[in-house]
Order: sequence, then structure tokens, then C-alpha cells
Amino acid sequence: MLNINNLHVDLQEEDKQILKGVDLTVEAGTVHAIMGPNGSGKSTLSYVLSGKDGYEVTDGTATLDGLDLLDMEPEDRAAAGLFLAFQYPVEIPGVGNMTFLRTAVNAQRKARGEDEMSAADFLKLVRARAKDLKIDADMLKRPVNVGFSGGEKKRNEILQMAMLEPKMCILDETDSGLDVDAMKLVAQGVNALRAEGRSFLVITHYQRLLDHIKPDVVHIMADGKIIKTGGPDLALDVENNGYADILAEVA
Amino acid sequence: MALANQKQTATEARLAGLTLPKGGWSEPARQAALARLQAMGLPQRRDEYWKYTRPDTLIDTQAPAAAVFVTEESKMFDVFDRLNIVFVDGVYDADASDDLSLEAVHIERLANIAEMDIHWAKDIYGALENNAQKPVERPLAALNTAFAEDGVIIHVTGKPSKPICLSYIHNSVTSDAILHHVVRVDAGAELTLLETGPAAARFNKVIEIDIADGGTLHHIRAQGRDHERRAVTHIFARLGEKSVFKAFTVTVNGVLTRNECVIELIGDEAIAHVAGVCVGDGDFHHDDTVFITHDAQNCESRQVFKKVLRNGATGVFQGKILVKAGAQKTDGYQISQALLLDEDSQFLAKPELEIYADDVICSHGSTTGAIDEDALYYLRSRGVPKGAATDLLTLAFLAEAVEEIDDSVIAAAIVSRLESWLARR
Ligand SMILES: Nc1ncnc2c1ncn2[C@@H]1O[C@H](COP(=O)(O)OP(=O)(O)O)[C@@H](O)[C@H]1O
Ligand SMILES: [Mg+2]
Repeated sequence: MLNINNLHVDLQEEDKQILKGVDLTVEAGTVHAIMGPNGSGKSTLSYVLSGKDGYEVTDGTATLDGLDLLDMEPEDRAAAGLFLAFQYPVEIPGVGNMTFLRTAVNAQRKARGEDEMSAADFLKLVRARAKDLKIDADMLKRPVNVGFSGGEKKRNEILQMAMLEPKMCILDETDSGLDVDAMKLVAQGVNALRAEGRSFLVITHYQRLLDHIKPDVVHIMADGKIIKTGGPDLALDVENNGYADILAEVA
Repeated sequence: MALANQKQTATEARLAGLTLPKGGWSEPARQAALARLQAMGLPQRRDEYWKYTRPDTLIDTQAPAAAVFVTEESKMFDVFDRLNIVFVDGVYDADASDDLSLEAVHIERLANIAEMDIHWAKDIYGALENNAQKPVERPLAALNTAFAEDGVIIHVTGKPSKPICLSYIHNSVTSDAILHHVVRVDAGAELTLLETGPAAARFNKVIEIDIADGGTLHHIRAQGRDHERRAVTHIFARLGEKSVFKAFTVTVNGVLTRNECVIELIGDEAIAHVAGVCVGDGDFHHDDTVFITHDAQNCESRQVFKKVLRNGATGVFQGKILVKAGAQKTDGYQISQALLLDEDSQFLAKPELEIYADDVICSHGSTTGAIDEDALYYLRSRGVPKGAATDLLTLAFLAEAVEEIDDSVIAAAIVSRLESWLARR
């Protein structure tokens, strides 16, 4: 599904290297987790994959089902099935959440040569999906993320994911800032989407999210590289002992 | 050449081509306006009040040519049930206009009443304009009062069931139109007045509005989409106790537009809202000049102006709130904002507050910005193409001003017009 090969990325403005050769393969239908100290480049990786400006790829490749992601506009990557749940979802004053969702759903359908979803079908679907995530009508009406609490913003990200039904979902610290109940809701939302043709890359600091979203593979990222890969036990190991041992082991 | 000489020369040249209509109650009003105009002289670039907008083509003896914009789209407000009054190049078109009859309102033409010995309009025509010549001179309005041959004289006595719409058709490439309207709203009466269309290659229009205690006027205009047209317009409004005046203007295209709005709140608890959105591309210069005087207690005024500019377009906002001594509990608000879609466009703003009462709340703000890159990326990461995402953010920017329109059907019509402008990128 997702193949990242020797990816090197600089910050455009500061001429500073952030990713120093990332190798990662996520197979179809699997859940991978990335853990790692703050500043190791996890968010950078997710931004580069989804097409944010300001980064320069100096070496390496990233493909989604064989498509060269790095050569595509962000909207084309989305239409190809890539989705990033942001660590810091963006507020958009003046654009209603519902309008936003509908525009996004139909834009992706159009890009894939499919018919637009009718207003009635859309409404039905969005209400059902919102209900599962305990997102009320008011949150759907309000401008995108404006005045939302941290937890509401994260649930709104999952709602977008549920509506867009991407095949490669990247979740960047979706659990941070959530209380236990909200985290369960988010995890349920993610688990409901688990399917054979759909993969997840879950970036997190904490084992507790992984208690709910069971990963197949866990990677540890440090200083712009994946330094260790293992099974679910690796996350438990980090939870109990921190990163110090792993970092020392590699050094 | 000294400024005074320049003015005199320009004024004499312009006046040489104009004839003062004679006879009736209006002649003294016109003569007085002419005398005012000659004393002030036509505006020049060096005038402080015209610092950001070149008046040259507005005062030239001839109107610069302006091609007529052909579009398949229906005219703004055509779908609404309204009493339609049509002017072609500033000339009344009886065939295209509806009968000037509607319950609760009396509609006449200036051309038909100007030569009468006596008419109620005498107390308003040129009087509000004259009153607004201090502290800032508005010579093009005096010129209008002196030479306008036609216009609509509206007396609202109750609550008519539908709006009155003034439709201005531009048909001749060199037309130079002057129209002067008067609207009198009786106590407790209420009207919606719509205006639409470019009117002429060059258009000088004045509306004088007198709203009695408890009266309401909603004024919504669309200025027409002919790229090369030029317009200078003035609204002079006087508001009585507990009266309401809400004005909204949408401007799409037009090489030069100067919209002046001068409002005086003279009765307690009066409310005045003026708002506008303009979207301009390339050779586009749009100037909103607003002057609101609070001269009574517990009044509220709001100015909300938003401009979207691209390809070197220019936007200007000069907005003033004057709170006179004794106008306690004034609530004044003013915001002007521009969204620049590229670095070639510019926005020039001059917000002013002048306050002589101590118990007032007045705030103003002005911003110039570009599309929010983070919001743009967020939308694109959800699959919305760059162009559509930019449009969505542009409309979001304009939304705050469009929300000033009370009537949601009219607001929706305006949004769809803005969408079609965006689509013609
Ligand atoms: N826009 C930026 N400007 C400056 N430094 C940045 C920027 N984005 C990321 N960095 C730096 O890049 C490194 C990786 O950051 P990030 O990808 O956010 O790490 P993580 O998500 O793993 O905490 C950090 O050192 C951070 O300070
Ligand atoms: Mg991060």
C-alpha cells in the first residue's frame, strides 16, 4: 500500500535536514504505529506524505499503490486515497463544517470520475457517522473547527476520515489532548473503518491508544529515521522503559 | 498651476457642456447647488479627500468610452417580485418599466415634478446634499443636484408588499448619466429599495433619504458588471428616532467606482448599517467613502466592508464616525478588510474616529491579508482542488459582510453572483 524508501527531507526555509532516510512499508489492511520522542520528525513525515509546502525532498521515494505521491498535488493525493488526521486541525472561519465535508466528498468523487453524492444521501450518511462519534448538529453547522475543544477537533478529523473513506489513513497524535472517553470514541471510529483494503499509520506517544487500536507493527522513530521495528510488544516496552534503552541500543 | 486655478478651469470646462434645467420649485435648489459647486470647484488629485482615487475621469467633459458587457446570466434581482423601474443610459424607459403604482407608496419621476410650483420633495432635494458639504466637500454631488434631469421621487407611507427596484441599463458606449433620487419614509413605514446595473459609461448618482421616526429602509444595490464603466455615487441619509437604515452594496467589476455614504443620526435610538463587498480584477479601482455622524443618544452604527482584489486591483476605504457632544451611549463599529489574491493588488484604508461625547463605545479595525496558507493546505489535503479551495476561503472572507443583509433570499442571490465571478478566473 504505502512504500517509503530512503526518504530525506529538508526544511525549505532553514536548510535543515529533518528526515534522514526513512524506510517504511505498510501492507494493505494492516495497522502500523510510529512512536518516538518529540521532534523526531513524525509530523514532518505525515506532512510530506500529504503534500504540505515548505519541505524539500532531497532523496528517496514515497508511493501509494505504486503512484509517486511526492509528484502529486495534495488534492490528488487525497483523491488517490491518502488521508491525514492532523495533529493540529486547522480552523476555517466562515466555512461551515457541513459545506466543507460535502465539498471534500464530492471533489474526491469528481476527481475519481464518480457521480457526486446527492444532498439527501450525503445528509443521511453524515448524520449517521456524526452520531457514532457523538458529534451533534451544532458542530456540523459551525465553521470548521472554530471554537471546537481539542477533543471535538480530533473527533471532527475522524468524521472526515469516515466520510472520505480513504485507503491509507495517517493519524498524527489523534489521541493527544483527549480524555479516556473521547479516546475510546476515536478508537471505535477508527476500528469501525478497519477493512481489508485499508491501512493505518498511527503516530502516538502512548500505549493507551494502541490498547484500543491494535497495531500489527510498531516502529520507533528518532532523529529523522526509523530506528527499530517490532511487534505490539515494542509499544509496551516503550511505555514501561521510555526511549532511552532503545536509543542507547542503536547508538 | 495653483490648486484653486486648476479647480476653476476644470469646473468651467465641465459646466460648459451642461444645461441647468429651468422652472418650478427645483430651479432655486439647482441654482444654489451650482453656486456651491462653483465655490468648491470639482475635485482634483491633490484634494486630501481624493488622495487615493483619481477624480480625473469623473470630472472630464466627456465620459470615457465603456464597452457594454454581454452576459447570458439574468440580471440581479430579476427573479424577485418587485416593482421595476428602468433607466437606459440614464433615460427613463416607460415601456420597460412597471406602472409606478404600488400600495403604501407614492412614486413619481423628478422629470415630471421638477417644474411644479410646489412639491414636498423641495425640503429634501439638494437639502441633505447641502447639509453634507461640511465638514468635507462633495462637489460631484452638488453637480448632480444642479443638473440631474430625472430620478425617482418615492414617498413611503406604509409597508408596500414588494420592493422597488431601479434597473440601470448601459446601452451606449459613451453615455454619461446623472440621476437624482429622493426617498422619504414616513413614521413607521418600511421599504426595500433595490438598485442594479451599470447605468452608463459614466454614472453620477445621488440618493437623498429622509427616514422619519420609526421608519425603515433596506437598500441593496448591485453596481453592474461592465468592466470599463465608471461611477460616482452618493447616499445622503437622515435618520429620525428609532428609525433603521440598512444599506448593502455589491460591486463586481467596473474600472472606477467611488461610493460615498453620508449618514446623520438625528433621532435617539436610530440604527444605521452600511456594508459592502467588492471583488475586482486587474484594472479595477473601488473606493468606499463613508461619513457617519451621531447627533442623538443611544444610536447604533455599523460599517462592514470587504474587498477581494487580484491582478493589480486597488481598493480604498475612507470611513469616519463622528460623535457629536451629547450623543451619549453611541455604539459605533467599523471594519474594513481586504483579501489580496496576489502581491500586485493593494488596499488603502483610512479609518477615522472623532468623538466629543464621553459615554460611547466605538471601535474600528482594518486588515489586509492573503489567503490563509494553512487553511488552503487543509482543504486541499481533503481533496478540494486549489482553485475551489481558494474560492471557498474567499467566499468565507466575504461572508461577514454578506451576513449584514437581513433578507436571506437576497443574500443568497448575492453569494451566487460572487461565486460566478470567482468561477470566471
Ligand atoms: N516549520 C518548521 N520550522 C522550524 N522547525 C521545524 C518546522 N517543522 C518541523 N521543525 C523541526 O523539525 C523537527 C521535527 O519536527 P516534527 O516533525 O514536528 O516532530 P514530531 O512530530 O516527531 O514531534 C523538530 O526539530 C522541529 O523543531
Ligand atoms: Mg508531531
